[in-house]
Amino acid sequence: MKVIELHDLRFCWPNQASNTLSLDELIVMQGEHLFIRGASGSGKTTLLNLLAGILTPNRGQLQVLEQGLTQLSPAARDRFRADHLGIIFQQFNLLPYLSVLDNVTLPCEFSKRRREQVGDVSATAIRLLEHLGLSTPMNTRAVTALSVGQQQRVAVARALIGKPELIIADEPTSALDTDTRDHFLKLLFSEAEAQGSTIIFVSHDPQIAHYFPRSLDLQQVNSR
Amino acid sequence: MILLKLTLLSLWNRRSSVLLTILAIAISIALLLGVDYIRKEAKASFLSTISGTDLVVGARSGSVQLLLYSVFRIGNATNNISWKSYQELAANPQIAWTIPLSLGDSHRGFRVLGTNQDYFRYYRFGDKRTLEFAQGQAFAGVFDTVLGAEVSRKLGYQLGDKIVIAHGTSTVSTALHADKPFTVTGILKPTGTPLDRTVHITLEGLEAVHIDWVAGTKISGYSISAEEAVKKNLQPKLITAFLLGLKTRTTAFQVQREINHYKREPLLAILPGVALADLWQALGLFETVLRIISGFVVIAGLVGMLTTVLSTLNERRREMAILRAVGAHPYHILLLFILEALVLTLVGCLLGMLLVSVLVWTAQPWVIAEYGFYLRTWLPDSSSLGLITLVASLALILSLLPGTIAYRRSLQDGLTIRT
Repeated sequence: MKVIELHDLRFCWPNQASNTLSLDELIVMQGEHLFIRGASGSGKTTLLNLLAGILTPNRGQLQVLEQGLTQLSPAARDRFRADHLGIIFQQFNLLPYLSVLDNVTLPCEFSKRRREQVGDVSATAIRLLEHLGLSTPMNTRAVTALSVGQQQRVAVARALIGKPELIIADEPTSALDTDTRDHFLKLLFSEAEAQGSTIIFVSHDPQIAHYFPRSLDLQQVNSR
Repeated sequence: MILLKLTLLSLWNRRSSVLLTILAIAISIALLLGVDYIRKEAKASFLSTISGTDLVVGARSGSVQLLLYSVFRIGNATNNISWKSYQELAANPQIAWTIPLSLGDSHRGFRVLGTNQDYFRYYRFGDKRTLEFAQGQAFAGVFDTVLGAEVSRKLGYQLGDKIVIAHGTSTVSTALHADKPFTVTGILKPTGTPLDRTVHITLEGLEAVHIDWVAGTKISGYSISAEEAVKKNLQPKLITAFLLGLKTRTTAFQVQREINHYKREPLLAILPGVALADLWQALGLFETVLRIISGFVVIAGLVGMLTTVLSTLNERRREMAILRAVGAHPYHILLLFILEALVLTLVGCLLGMLLVSVLVWTAQPWVIAEYGFYLRTWLPDSSSLGLITLVASLALILSLLPGTIAYRRSLQDGLTIRT
């Protein structure tokens, strides 16, 4: 299955002269984890916002999971994102007022599909957290008491819960030291593969590229 | 459901500032409800200053003026009623009882009222309550006096004390009826009416102190002692006003008309309930001012809430991006702010209601002891619920401001986390 398929994509912010993003073609198959490299300002975040259905392109075709996003209403795109996408941010991924467990199960509150996919929501969340090396006693703790590395693993658990087909990660390792980063990536890969999710990983750090079967330099591809 | 959970947990997470906001709302709500309550209680109390009396009769003047001097002991009568006319009118078979009132003297700033025992028998106030004695009993002798609750409390009089009344109603009176002192034989329980500030004496006593006076001054070189005075004819020639009760209330208008058309002298009979309502209307401005003030206090409370919510907008930007990432619509974000305002307002309202009822409840025993005024327990009624609904709707409208800002930002920011 094609996880992403885009042709002739153009995006320009309302009061800017040139296109922020200009991609002629990109096809990502299921399991084909993609590393997207690009310095800041290269349109990384714009691409992620497009893939997540937050923004819509000015021109071109954009299909995620063989669904044309441009044909959907904003509300339908939000529902699509809730159902099929897991998103990991650079840092501050978690809601400070929710427990670790509630943070992980949050996508199931907004997506019926993912809730049904999971069955027992809290049991699944506990299992995911365990796989990611976070023991049960931590689950009821305040997220602010966790280290950055632990917080990022909680964010992975949240992105993975309910088996979304696509995981979008926006520089999730930039705040981690090298050892933690490698450990984090290994866990991310093993868990995503275990449930058949495809990872789109964005970073400015070229050292990570070798973990991925495929990588893309946005600056080179972006024709403007 | 999840939105309510998120709202509550988010509020709990910010509990110290949230608590202050709720407190500000609670206090303003308590003030609003309290003012509404006091207004209603004051009106009820005012309108029941006198009850059970069908007509108040005095010399012809304005109805409010008659009410003011006969019931509220404010101002003076322009003219008097002759004892003869009073006797003639009181003989009307439709009249069940009358209470003569004679005003004009004072005791250390408190009005002196000359009357008879019928006053203690027939006078009603509030919810048809009768006058009760805290100590002693009604006067029997010519120089006996019964004090209102406030008179005895303020001046510290006990049963058996002797008091001297002053001629006229000026507070710094020099013309004293010093030769004929009165003995306190009774002290009334508080009534919460002008009666508490009245010194009651007999009509005969009032006549006796003026026996050696002519046209407002003591006749020099001529004096009659108290003992001698008692032996003289002390039947008054004039009274200021009288109250009357009818056998059947339906004849009130008929009797009123008869009195108003009385040939011997120009008189005025008024229905006290109507005159009281007229007077309250005239005092209506006071009511409006109270309402306006409490309205502004509530607005201040809500603006305080708005400020708190607006100030959190920036720190919550990240929270909004996370929620958007897990699939929240922008209108979920808007709803989150509306829910937050509603929760704050509702908790504030509940706390405010609790505050009012606790305040009224604690004030009750003190008010009844001090003013003889029975405060009804505060319970939410239709007007207070209406006020609360109004406040909640106002909060809802105000919450649209931060809600809309957050909505537009979450559309703009998308998954970009700005901190």
